[in-house]
Amino acid sequence: FYFGGDVTEDFWEDLEDTLVMGDMGADIAMQVTDDLRDMAAKRNLTSARQLREALTDRLAETFVSSEFDPFDDTPSVVLFVGINGAGKTTTVGKIASAAAHEGKNVIIGSADTFRAAAIEQLDVWGKRAGVSVVKRDRGSDPASVCYDVLDEADKCGSELVLIDTAGRLHTSADLMRELAKVVNVTRKRAASAAAGPMPVRVVLVIDAATGQNGLNQALEFNEALGLDGIIMTKLDGTAKGGIAMAVASKLKLPIFRIGVGEQVEDLQRFDAHEFCRALVGNGDKE
Amino acid sequence: MFNSLSDRLNDTFDRLRGKGKLTEADITSAMRDIRMALLEADVNFKVVKDFVAKTKERCMTAEVMESLTPAQNVVKIVLDELTELLGSTESKLVLSSRIPNVIMLVGLQGSGKTTAAVKLAYLLKKQGRSPLLAACDVYRPAAADQLATLGGEIGVPVFRGDGKDAVEIARGSIREAVDNMRDVVIVDTAGRLQIDEQMMQEAVDIKRAVKPDQVLMVVDAMTGQDIVNVVSTFAERTDFDGVIISKLDGDARGGGALSVRQVTGKPIKFVSMGEKPDSLETFYPDRMAKRILGM
Ligand SMILES: Nc1nc2c(ncn2[C@@H]2O[C@H](COP(=O)(O)OP(=O)(O)OP(=O)(O)O)[C@@H](O)[C@H]2O)c(=O)[nH]1
Ligand SMILES: Nc1nc2c(ncn2[C@@H]2O[C@H](COP(=O)(O)OP(=O)(O)OP(=O)(O)O)[C@@H](O)[C@H]2O)c(=O)[nH]1
Ligand SMILES: [K+]
Ligand SMILES: [Mg+2]
Ligand SMILES: [Mg+2]
Repeated sequence: FYFGGDVTEDFWEDLEDTLVMGDMGADIAMQVTDDLRDMAAKRNLTSARQLREALTDRLAETFVSSEFDPFDDTPSVVLFVGINGAGKTTTVGKIASAAAHEGKNVIIGSADTFRAAAIEQLDVWGKRAGVSVVKRDRGSDPASVCYDVLDEADKCGSELVLIDTAGRLHTSADLMRELAKVVNVTRKRAASAAAGPMPVRVVLVIDAATGQNGLNQALEFNEALGLDGIIMTKLDGTAKGGIAMAVASKLKLPIFRIGVGEQVEDLQRFDAHEFCRALVGNGDKE
Repeated sequence: MFNSLSDRLNDTFDRLRGKGKLTEADITSAMRDIRMALLEADVNFKVVKDFVAKTKERCMTAEVMESLTPAQNVVKIVLDELTELLGSTESKLVLSSRIPNVIMLVGLQGSGKTTAAVKLAYLLKKQGRSPLLAACDVYRPAAADQLATLGGEIGVPVFRGDGKDAVEIARGSIREAVDNMRDVVIVDTAGRLQIDEQMMQEAVDIKRAVKPDQVLMVVDAMTGQDIVNVVSTFAERTDFDGVIISKLDGDARGGGALSVRQVTGKPIKFVSMGEKPDSLETFYPDRMAKRILGM
């Protein structure tokens, strides 16, 4: 083992605990800590601060960046999917508002026809953003709403179409099949958009407080739908969101945005370094 | 994706087989398996540390060390210890003879409070009670609409008040219940982060205003390590009486349940197994323990 400077066995144990506590997963945390020990010996890093910086850099490298941003690079149709209560509807509202603010022609589709008052909730967000919301009655076919919103986008010349979907657990085969149909219908319809084919992206919304189950969620949603990226919500709490690291590196998915609150402005771009710095911690005992 | 603890331990002990009696080192290596299994189930790492230390002692007895089937023995010990930690007996909702009884729900954003409020109303109605739902979330867009729609579906009235001041709505709901002979009020509140001082104070103020018989915290079964920070502050500020674990119909192991119990000492009252009103179930510690271990 490597010792030197203020780096003691306690340091390594604390570091591993911090990573585990950040929901990175015990096996990854152990592996990362072991790798860092090797690196420390090779590069002769002697202070805890140096080691934390080296680790932050290394972890940040595991995040892939995307060649496109589904909200900047328009025309684009984006479907928001994820488990119940993750923050999909809220995120659609925030993104619509930000894009409208930039002068984009945005439209929202309310394809959560299941949850009580999902449509009313999205309507409020549409008003906040000054963006119109295409909807049907609760209980109607969600795929039809996708059709409707693309019809409306054709009429209005919308360049960014945001579609909210109903929350569902990745273990519910019926609901996952229904969602795959929604995505397929959207892809087909978007291919024949009036102004030329529009690319369709599927974004998984995941709560930063999610534990190791997040990996199953991402794997299943990816398998069923083919994900393009992730949005992580609720990073304004004390959860570090380490599961995103596991997901992003396993599935090679970019993180497009993060949610940091319940208000319309609480949306940020993902900064891998800042994220990893928080995950690695500064050595202060909590 | 996960191996059950039994599989892991069998592997470990198979590797050690042929040496005759187990040594302390063998037990230590089994403890490592237990640690990993619990961490993968999202049991908080501090809780895991204490648990493993305690369990190790019990495993160091002759009964295990000299056993022909040490893996089974160790699993049984772990299962017993877990079950005991989770509360050993099933826990019921305690209502007093006060009219109206008041149940208040608290928790993080999106954890399942509104759904749970409706499920409780449904359950109590089936037991012959006449519940009233109070819509005290004045922040989330269309929160009261959600509650009103769901309440309508199960035939339970919803009190919305002025839709502006949560504490006032809570107070008003009690008067409404008295006036309309509703014998239990279920107070749905807004989701809040435990570090949001203003919102935590609001929860305290609602509690003071309606003096609930039971404050229940709704915790998402998928929550990871942070659960300890969350529930300890909620326990401190709202002094809740029990817990509902939501979204257990998925494949989350739900190790957070153990952390809640361990950190706050509060019992788990119900588990929520779906989005429908009838999907609230009694909590059984032994089932939960098996689930956490992947058995
Ligand atoms: N603190 C915080 N709360 C958030 C954030 N994003 C969403 N929320 C809250 O989380 C709760 C659930 O958000 P929704 O947008 O309704 O989640 P959803 O995924 O659409 O939920 P379902 O449609 O029921 O599956 C709401 O109370 C939101 O205000 C965030 O970034 N931070
Ligand atoms: N699968 C499943 N979904 C659930 C369960 N409980 C709640 N949900 C869903 O989770 C989402 C959030 O539930 P809500 O009851 O709105 O959560 P909440 O805590 O009131 O949310 P906020 O008011 O925004 O803080 C909804 O889509 C619910 O249908 C459950 O036990 N299983
Ligand atoms: K959640
Ligand atoms: Mg929604
Ligand atoms: Mg609610």
